[in-house]
Amino acid sequence: MSENLILRVASKYMVPFMLVFGLYIIFHGDLSPGGGFQGGVAIASGFIFYGMVYGKPAMQKILPRGVTDALIAIGVLMYAGTGFYCLLAGYRFLDYTAISPSDPAGGEAWGMTLVEYGVGITVSMVMVTCYNEITEGTLPEEASK
Amino acid sequence: MFNEFFVPIDLCLLALIVVLAVAVVQARNLLAASMLMSIYSLLMAAIWKNMDSLDVSFTEAAVGAGVSTVLLIGSLVQVGLEEKPRKGVHPAGLAAVVLAGGALLYGTIDMPGFGDPASPANANPVSIGYIRQDVEKVPDVGGHYKDFKQHHDYFHEHVPNMITSVIVSYRGYDTMYETTVIFIAGVSMILMLRGRRKTT
Repeated sequence: MSENLILRVASKYMVPFMLVFGLYIIFHGDLSPGGGFQGGVAIASGFIFYGMVYGKPAMQKILPRGVTDALIAIGVLMYAGTGFYCLLAGYRFLDYTAISPSDPAGGEAWGMTLVEYGVGITVSMVMVTCYNEITEGTLPEEASK
Repeated sequence: MFNEFFVPIDLCLLALIVVLAVAVVQARNLLAASMLMSIYSLLMAAIWKNMDSLDVSFTEAAVGAGVSTVLLIGSLVQVGLEEKPRKGVHPAGLAAVVLAGGALLYGTIDMPGFGDPASPANANPVSIGYIRQDVEKVPDVGGHYKDFKQHHDYFHEHVPNMITSVIVSYRGYDTMYETTVIFIAGVSMILMLRGRRKTT
């Protein structure tokens, strides 16, 4: 999309950091501010930024629509699956003690991380879907095809 | 913790936000209005940070200043950049806005000070339980759980971040359905928009 050299070069260096920062926010959700929602949005903005600079077809080559659609559902399933795992292990729904009964604190940390990843995957992929669908058919390089 | 140092900075930021809010309403060009909205969100993120609510600040900066601006501009490509010319001030609308705003301002008089430890929200036993992280779990009826009662009767202070422990541990159900709401929003967007527009 952009012919601007500075933008293209700078984005190439920025996008990986945006994605890693998003993962960091999710992964450290139990220790520092942030969590699945914030981290998911940070990841999504990384992809959207890439799409804005290099064009949506380039972004969809990395992250096809089929993959985003599947990941939206997988995130929710990860969350609910953690809950049902706890239920099947003989504890209450989303009682993270079930993940490691000998070490409830560790189980809680693991459970929270799994759940936060579920939230983060869903939120980021819904954001990318929003971008894909709202800008559908509006970008010049798509129109020229 | 309330920091006196931030008061002048906050006042400047809030003044700028009022200016921006008026500018957004006045802007004829919708692209300019979207960009002003983005700046507005960025300043709000700075204010949230000064109030030590970093979670809100992250979200405001990423969603408000970043993603939603992109989505607004994406929609503007469809609907055109210029606003329709408006007629003069609508008197009933103005009266309603002034009344509602006045009522809201009047309501703030009764509110406790920012970060006041004696305020009802902070002094409530439930909030204290959440802050100390010693909220009792729901009493169990099954037999299996009784063996672990000594260790597992409470949510213990496992997670240093109070907000995360409230969101995904004490209120895990709520967050699961919030995620489901986002899921449904994404699915409806796919169903309604995908493939409906012709790529000209």
